[in-house]
Amino acid sequence: MRGGWSKTFAVVGAVGLLAVSACGNSDDSGGGGDAAASKDVTVFTWWADGGEKAGLDGLVSVFNTECKDYKFVNSAVAGGAGSNAKQVLANDLQAKKPPSTFQAHAGAELGDYIKNAQVDDVSDLYKEFGLDKAFPQSLLDNLTVDGKIYSVPVNVHRANVVWANPAVLKKANIDGTKAPASVDAWIADMEKLKAAGVKAPLATSKGFAEEMVMEAVLLAELGPDKFTGLWNGKTDMAGADVTAALEKFKKVLTFSNADREAVDWPDALQYVNKGQSAYTLMGDWVAAQQLSDKVPDTAYTYWPAPGTAGTFQFLADSFTLPTGGQSPEGAKCWLKAAGSAEGQKAFNTKKGSIPARSDAVATDYPKYQQAAMADWKANKIVPSCAHGAACTLGQNDSILSAMGQFSSGLDVATLQKALVAAAKPN
Amino acid sequence: MHGRIRTWGPGALVLLPTVLLLGYFVYGLIAWTFNTSLTDKHNARPVPTDYVGFENYANLFGEDRFLNSLKNLGVLTVAFIVGTLIFGLLWALLLEKGVTGEGLFRSIFLFPMAISMIASGVVWGWLLNPSQGDDARGLNRLFDIMGLNFLENPWWTAGNRWTTMASIALPAVWQLSGYIMALFLAGFRGIPGELREAARVDGASEFKLYRYVLFPQLSPIALSALIILGHMSLKLFDLIYAITGPNQFRTEVPSVYMWNTLLRSDMAKASAIAIVLLAVVAVLVIPYVAYTVRQESEE
Repeated sequence: MRGGWSKTFAVVGAVGLLAVSACGNSDDSGGGGDAAASKDVTVFTWWADGGEKAGLDGLVSVFNTECKDYKFVNSAVAGGAGSNAKQVLANDLQAKKPPSTFQAHAGAELGDYIKNAQVDDVSDLYKEFGLDKAFPQSLLDNLTVDGKIYSVPVNVHRANVVWANPAVLKKANIDGTKAPASVDAWIADMEKLKAAGVKAPLATSKGFAEEMVMEAVLLAELGPDKFTGLWNGKTDMAGADVTAALEKFKKVLTFSNADREAVDWPDALQYVNKGQSAYTLMGDWVAAQQLSDKVPDTAYTYWPAPGTAGTFQFLADSFTLPTGGQSPEGAKCWLKAAGSAEGQKAFNTKKGSIPARSDAVATDYPKYQQAAMADWKANKIVPSCAHGAACTLGQNDSILSAMGQFSSGLDVATLQKALVAAAKPN
Repeated sequence: MHGRIRTWGPGALVLLPTVLLLGYFVYGLIAWTFNTSLTDKHNARPVPTDYVGFENYANLFGEDRFLNSLKNLGVLTVAFIVGTLIFGLLWALLLEKGVTGEGLFRSIFLFPMAISMIASGVVWGWLLNPSQGDDARGLNRLFDIMGLNFLENPWWTAGNRWTTMASIALPAVWQLSGYIMALFLAGFRGIPGELREAARVDGASEFKLYRYVLFPQLSPIALSALIILGHMSLKLFDLIYAITGPNQFRTEVPSVYMWNTLLRSDMAKASAIAIVLLAVVAVLVIPYVAYTVRQESEE
């Protein structure tokens, strides 16, 4: 009988341990080590639906023809501009189970992964695939960290764009086709709009949208070089010129909708479309949104944020080569497809962004994108902090927190103090 | 020996998996989190870390953002507990006095609990739109239509901490009042009818009946309600995330701050926040557990 008990104990104990180990490995998604699985290329993104998913599908079709030896495995995590996905990715990387390649904003946001030794240098691939010639030099400069490049951008978005409703502007006799020359001129226009009965001339929304307005004002007031310097420590964030710019940002924010903290950017865009507001400042994914909402071209107009003409504030989605990822050869083939002219065309015509390559054929794209592509070639390129090109995730978290605090109290001194703390490289 | 094993053996066998799993996933991980909170692991780099003692805690308590989140949590907890207890008790009293279709009302009051916090948070995010007057939406619009304009307010976007956190507590109150009602109603029903009769025979008024006979018997239920609500409030994350988004200084509580910290791979700081949160919950739960254990051993 005693033997019977100890046997039962052993069995139950083993089952318990099995349960424990099974739970411990539950996030191990298809990372098998057998020969057949090594042909799998797991691609981690947060492109799970809408235009983003369509763009990814386009890229996959190019991958399937270019890289016949490999099999694409979709490992997308939906939700909130990638915030869920980033959490899942952090876990996978921490557990040393990286995907074959993962999506990350090009630029400083990669800094965390580089510092953590989680991504490999892909500079050699740039030469191999001819990407060093295909991408504009200013983009390459923005991607390079200590002489090395760690990701291949698949698209480019522009952040400093104002979308306006010409019918509303007409009420105050403002010419909607031309951007105000400066932030001051913009403020003057908004005064006029207010006098003409438009309660909230500028529609904006919580968090990163307000941050984008702040960035646009800083960019206009400081100029592209000093603005870029804010994020790499060459410009003093505590300086008096920054204070003056933030005062103007405060003024701009007073013209915005009262419910800005409670809505998202598509809501803000609707205020403009419905004629409740005259402007909204948002990245150029608005063009894709307007297209899918069937808003006619004539119902809205757009120009670079006041005072930032000639400057292209960019953000880019890119793919990396994780350290110790499965099937690195397959991942390289994915990067090749992502950087190629066909891949970028297949992706961007569907997602509503523009290709990072400067040799793309403009006529393949809709009207807004053609204009943006011309600017991408001709303009000075500066990075955006709100979208990870200029800031790390940690820095952006601190800045977003400060934005929320600022939005209620409008206290410039506190905001600047928080910005100074956030801008410190960490 | 054989006889003894026969008495406790089967019971132990049934409990063993639970004990093992709890030991590993709850207590083991608490220990691991506490250990991490004492190190300087501020990134995801696979480098060896050093112990820095309670430095992370000292930094936290010297940080405006964390202190702000603690204060927010305090206000939220008070507003949530008081609101839920008042509504729960009120509804239980009304049902206890007897209405037609009691079953229907019970279901209506209990239904909100069936909805997940994240889903109700999305809806309440729309309802709590701060626009007022002609642009009013959500609840403010409702007040506007009903001519109750004085009730319109900016909800959680107001600068004031009490207004802000009470607005956040509002959906949680709506969601859990029904549960508290059910607790109190069960309590009322558990009181034998003879007690009421005896009190009435002795000439007690309705008020005195509740004040001196019924309410005192409900105090154990009130205590458990307090504990349940308290620890739920301390852990509240999904509702706030859904209503205000993750990076909202005004409504940030430690659990949301921990999430933000984890996203930036600051393991040591996130662990320290988790341990502080655990300590706060423990302050609430441990006396209750001690009380129940004492009660049970007395019986």
